[in-house]
Amino acid sequence: MSVSVQQADFDVGAEIAALTAGDAQAGAVASFVGLVRSDKVGAGGPAVQAMTLEHYPGMTEQALEDIVTQARGRWDLLGVRVIHRVGRLLPGERIVFVAVASGHRHDAFAACEFIMDYLKTQAPFWKNEETPAGGRWVDARESDAAALGRWRREE
Amino acid sequence: MKVLYFASLREALGASGEEMALPDGVGSTGALRDHLAARGGAWLALTQTKNLRCAVNQRMVGFDAAVADGDEVAFFPPVTGG
Repeated sequence: MSVSVQQADFDVGAEIAALTAGDAQAGAVASFVGLVRSDKVGAGGPAVQAMTLEHYPGMTEQALEDIVTQARGRWDLLGVRVIHRVGRLLPGERIVFVAVASGHRHDAFAACEFIMDYLKTQAPFWKNEETPAGGRWVDARESDAAALGRWRREE
Repeated sequence: MKVLYFASLREALGASGEEMALPDGVGSTGALRDHLAARGGAWLALTQTKNLRCAVNQRMVGFDAAVADGDEVAFFPPVTGG
């Protein structure tokens, strides 16, 4: 199973090891781990005490599978693993994990970044932050759409 | 058909979804959005949410996408995962 949407935390080392277990063709693994930040960077807003991730069950898994399929079509990949957590998470906790195995590093680095950029704008997750001033929905960032546009120009 | 609402839109509407018959004269996601917003009050959030997104049968689509009775249609704000 290359894609998981779950409440539970995950073991980064075990996931990376499992991705290439028994595959002597793999020469590279690139991975990304996203964490809950306690402060709004640069906004001077109140500290984030916790974050709750809502998603669209069914569509979420399908959207992530689609993104992985697109990455496999673009680069020569040996394995892909995507885990996204949902529910209530505290600052410092892991939210998302992407790991890509390939023969050489370029494919792994590029595909890992591509998957994160697509996930940010195409997978139906929404973050609600708990602050001393109450809950607030996180706004989508223009820079995320711009990151996606970069891959589309390269197509 | 089934219509679903998520995140800030779900909160604004006070509903996570509803079962309904495809309204007469509604053939697209945009027309369905406008039909629901015409209920007024909190439902105006459907036309006032910045960069509202929609999906038909769990695929993200535009507001010109066709809808038919039996479809699952979802409306939501821009996604913020990762």
